[in-house]
Amino acid sequence: MRDVAVIGVGCTQFSEHWYTSFRNLFVEAGTLALEDAGVTGGEVDALYVGNMSAGRFVEQEHIGALIADYAGLATNHIPSTRVEAACASGGLAFRQAVIAVASGMEDVVVAAGVEKMTDVGTGVGVDTLAGAADREWEGFAGATFPGLYAMIANDYMHRYALTREQLAQVAVKNHENGAKNPIAQFRQQITIDTVLNSPMVADPLRLFDCSPITDGAAAVVVVPLERAREFTDTPVRVLASVQASDTIALHDRRDISTLDATVAAGRRALRQARLEHRDIDMLEVHDCFTIAEICAIEDLGFCAKGEAGRLTEEGVTALAGDLPVNTSGGLKACGHPVGATGIKQIYEIVTQIRGEAGKRQVDAEVGLAHNVGGTGATVVVHILGGC
Amino acid sequence: MSVSRFWRKIPQRYNLIGTQCTTCGRYFYPPRSLCPDCRRSGTIVEHQFRGEGTIVTYTVIRTASDLFEHTTPYVLAIVRLDEGPNLTAQVVCRPEEARIGMRVKSVFRRIAADGESGVIHYGTKFVPAE
Ligand SMILES: [Zn+2]
Repeated sequence: MRDVAVIGVGCTQFSEHWYTSFRNLFVEAGTLALEDAGVTGGEVDALYVGNMSAGRFVEQEHIGALIADYAGLATNHIPSTRVEAACASGGLAFRQAVIAVASGMEDVVVAAGVEKMTDVGTGVGVDTLAGAADREWEGFAGATFPGLYAMIANDYMHRYALTREQLAQVAVKNHENGAKNPIAQFRQQITIDTVLNSPMVADPLRLFDCSPITDGAAAVVVVPLERAREFTDTPVRVLASVQASDTIALHDRRDISTLDATVAAGRRALRQARLEHRDIDMLEVHDCFTIAEICAIEDLGFCAKGEAGRLTEEGVTALAGDLPVNTSGGLKACGHPVGATGIKQIYEIVTQIRGEAGKRQVDAEVGLAHNVGGTGATVVVHILGGC
Repeated sequence: MSVSRFWRKIPQRYNLIGTQCTTCGRYFYPPRSLCPDCRRSGTIVEHQFRGEGTIVTYTVIRTASDLFEHTTPYVLAIVRLDEGPNLTAQVVCRPEEARIGMRVKSVFRRIAADGESGVIHYGTKFVPAE
């Protein structure tokens, strides 16, 4: 197996792109990544694209070919593959690209993620996202995606001392970070009252506990570490690439408010990187809902179960804290175009490690990305570090 | 959900019929045709659940998909059946009535009406049993 490095990253603005098509979102992100990497289209050996549901959001399948075509790579006949694991599709695409390079099969590989979600109404959007859970035995009963995470939150708050205000602070903190991120969908700060006064979506989760509906794309370029310096002076090394699964339905989990796939992926990733928790300087975790960030920090092992609310309240996970979490603004404030999110997490960590994060810059040499599909049926964890 | 996809599971949905692995004794609802513990060495038979259980966790859905939007707010819960397995179902009660640990029993109810196909889906809901 070869070591792998990220040599370029690109990301569109995350927002409601009323005037930009699915394919053009991808083209913009891909072009930015190739420019950043100093790679020409002709040098690209393969393409992986994470996308959850273009079939329902824009009624388009066969995304691999479409993307290669509009990126101008179809005439080179390179392999172009769509991968899907609901909201973890982006992380999965990155992992496929890493595997392709590590194996020696390909040298220059683009991993991308794209989702165009605002072409459908709220009802269809809610129903499409519910497809990330068990359609026949959760969705049929009337479960929505926020509803499932609300049941996690209710179980969690019944068992551990998490206050409603601590939960709201996750959103407040992520909006503070998003306000400093030029690509973020929401760039205004909010207060705990903003969260607590927002409409109830699924008790106890309110509108400001939930990540938004977003259009966007992100892309990164990976190569063998030994070739990285041909392209860039600031390669970022992939120290671990791990994927884990769990039951598709929340009701079948061993513990409703512990994502065992996160626990497994986190442990394996640290072992693969030969690192300990204290070696990790920053996290990009999958905060599709505020409760998800609380669970992620704990399930990755950065504190005991029941403690992440207090850490958040004390500012440990803020930009100036000991363990900055979601410097990008997370899914909550940066936005959550589901297939693109996992790639945006890699984009953010690479940007931070290179020292190019501007007003949201933290002191980071090693970062961990945590991308979740559904309510935890797929978890992808990557650890990246400077080299 | 398509008509054929729904009808395929009618006995299970209407009557709370799941399965049991007689090799290890574990019960499954929703039904499984492969025991995750015994896999190919497990023997699976149908099992009629009694329909009594306890709320593990719940929420009140205020924003739903188009199929359920006209029925909001409704209580959605994970119910642990007394035989062991958990399932996701609605609980017919006022939102402020629901609580973790509440005893419930199953009832046969209308789940949703599909406006486009005109099909009414029936299935299992739960009601308070205290
Ligand atoms: Zn068995």
